[in-house]
Amino acid sequence: MPIKSMLCASAVLAVAGSTAFAETEIQWWHAMGGTNGERVNKIAADFNATQDDYKVVPVYKGNYTETMTAAIAAFRAKEHPQIVQVFEVGTATMMAAKGAIYPVEKLMNDAGEPFDGDAFLPAVVSYYETPEGELLSMPFNSSTPVLWYNKDALDAAGAAVPTTWDEVKTASQKLVDNGMKCGVSFGWQSWVMIENFSAWHNLPTGTKENGFAGFDTELTFNNAQVAARLDDVASMGKDGLFVYGGRRGDSLPMFTNGECGMWMNSSAYYGSISSQAQFEFGQSMLPLDTSIADAPQNSIIGGATLWVLEGHDEAEYKGTAKFLTYLSSPEVQSWWHQETGYVPITTAAYELSKEQGFYDSNPGTDTAIKQLSLNTPTANSRGLRYGNFVQVRDVINEELEALWGGEKTAQDALDAAVSRGNDLLRRFERTANPS
Amino acid sequence: MLKRVHFPTSALPYLLVAPQILITLVFFIWPASQAMYQSFLIEDAFGLGTEFVWFENFEILWSDSHYLASFQRTAVFSLLVAGLSMGVALLLAGFAQRVVRGAMFYRTLLIWPYAVAPVLAGALWVFMFNPTLGIFPYFLEFAGITWNHYLNGNQAMALVILAAAWKQVAYNFLFYLAAMQSIPNSVIEAAAIDGAGPARRFWTIIFPLISPTTFFLLVINMVYAFFETFGIIHAVTQGGPGTSTTILVYKVFNDGFVGLDLGGSAAQSVVLMVLVIAMTVVQFRFVERKVAY
Repeated sequence: MPIKSMLCASAVLAVAGSTAFAETEIQWWHAMGGTNGERVNKIAADFNATQDDYKVVPVYKGNYTETMTAAIAAFRAKEHPQIVQVFEVGTATMMAAKGAIYPVEKLMNDAGEPFDGDAFLPAVVSYYETPEGELLSMPFNSSTPVLWYNKDALDAAGAAVPTTWDEVKTASQKLVDNGMKCGVSFGWQSWVMIENFSAWHNLPTGTKENGFAGFDTELTFNNAQVAARLDDVASMGKDGLFVYGGRRGDSLPMFTNGECGMWMNSSAYYGSISSQAQFEFGQSMLPLDTSIADAPQNSIIGGATLWVLEGHDEAEYKGTAKFLTYLSSPEVQSWWHQETGYVPITTAAYELSKEQGFYDSNPGTDTAIKQLSLNTPTANSRGLRYGNFVQVRDVINEELEALWGGEKTAQDALDAAVSRGNDLLRRFERTANPS
Repeated sequence: MLKRVHFPTSALPYLLVAPQILITLVFFIWPASQAMYQSFLIEDAFGLGTEFVWFENFEILWSDSHYLASFQRTAVFSLLVAGLSMGVALLLAGFAQRVVRGAMFYRTLLIWPYAVAPVLAGALWVFMFNPTLGIFPYFLEFAGITWNHYLNGNQAMALVILAAAWKQVAYNFLFYLAAMQSIPNSVIEAAAIDGAGPARRFWTIIFPLISPTTFFLLVINMVYAFFETFGIIHAVTQGGPGTSTTILVYKVFNDGFVGLDLGGSAAQSVVLMVLVIAMTVVQFRFVERKVAY
């Protein structure tokens, strides 16, 4: 296979080389592996088939972090692509890089492409706007954490789908009593259990509107409410109701193998779960902690957007703008949404999916978008914008693991995470505004 | 009359060492001085804003309790990796040496793991020890051991040590086998005739005779554990749970290539470089005395 694909690749390159004078090539670096990578390739190929002037070349660069670092390294070497996919925690880093990024809204206007910021879902675009309301990067694959449940297991244990944390506990107990290895687990713990937990209950994670209103922010998620919830989860861990299964998506097999009856993680695991799970499954909204709030606020997004980098010529940017228009068209977006479980980023794509009857035939698949647009986002639920946040999440992972391992209490772990995180914020401030 | 032996100065010796000096300059001195320079800077990821801060990056490191704790962890890790991989390699080489039939087959099999990239090796171990999918946790359960290296720091450490050592066994094996084959058979046969059993022959004849190889491998393995294991750790535990598998080199990699903190990462690599130079000096000054060439 490698030799064959290399031959194919070189054949493609040879063809591309001979027609290069006719087509302007646009490099699109992305982090979508596996089946999502094939879908990205299809989007690019479909766009290329619509016209002869431009050719979008998608290049898989590894996971989110690797893609972002590759693009930054390439920028420093002046070999960077036109478009790069960057995950939401990289937003502040990209934003601070004035002179390196070409704001998407400006690009569209410069290129004379029709662009309407209101067409996008507020919960999605608000994450990527400047304080003045200019859109900086093009939303592409946005998701939000949901509660995945094993319907067969819940039915067998006589438990209902939980809507509150108390019910999560009861349901977990019933599942374990009924012979399951664990009741509930989750991945991307900083995103799910701290960032989204806070937004869902309208609690701030930091000062300055979670970083949207300025660089000099302080993290504040070490409040009593979050600590109480995490302590409770840790005690569920001691009783075997909750089992920690690793960072990111490492705990996915625990859910799909039927060891855990409930799993909190991104809605974008839809594709993986539906191809792996041998049971009936569903997704519902994140549980509410009734001791904090009477009703949920809204959840915040994860996933990634497409950033355009400076330093290319006009023709290439014209093609880039055309491609971004194509990418955000209702047809492409609703197809992408239905295939992957990512949120439809425009209202039109959501409406189209409704019209096509997708949610009727796949109940629950609109959970993510409902969660995101549940209420008008507040300063606490608009999103997060902290510098060095990739490292802050590492710190949070480390401290939470100390909590699950029984080495620290929730308050100690959160205090440590906040103080180490603040050091990283201070450090970021200095490089973003060199004195 | 005695004729004075006189070597006329010529450019030839300089020419002969030139390639070596050039390579050292390009591949060691230049990157090392780059790292030194970078360690004095605080810089944003894109290189757009740079601030010269003298030793601040180092001061931050010394006041970071997590960084200091990482030294002890690294010492345990590198000693165990070196010890385990060399021990196993020595054992296997001893056996492979005695095999007559199908020797090439065994040797090829034993050398294979060296061709595996560290990240792939890591991925392999991740699958074998995945608490849910892996085959080993399944067997360990029969022994009453609950395996979850995502939660248990000691298990995670054991796992990265195993993975890192496994990867290095092939290299060590190769050297040990070559060293054993260079021992004249007559020496061993003579001992055998005198009635020494295989174990005694090994400890009194073979082991002392291959001590230069052991010394060489000790240096190489320590350097390997210090510098080349981040790929394995990244694939297996990502430094977790907590910071229980964050050894020095992984922190360099993580802060530099994941966190994009180039200044801090450069400062750590300078520390690491000094540490390894010091370690090598110590080994050559003190351990080498016990080596008989």
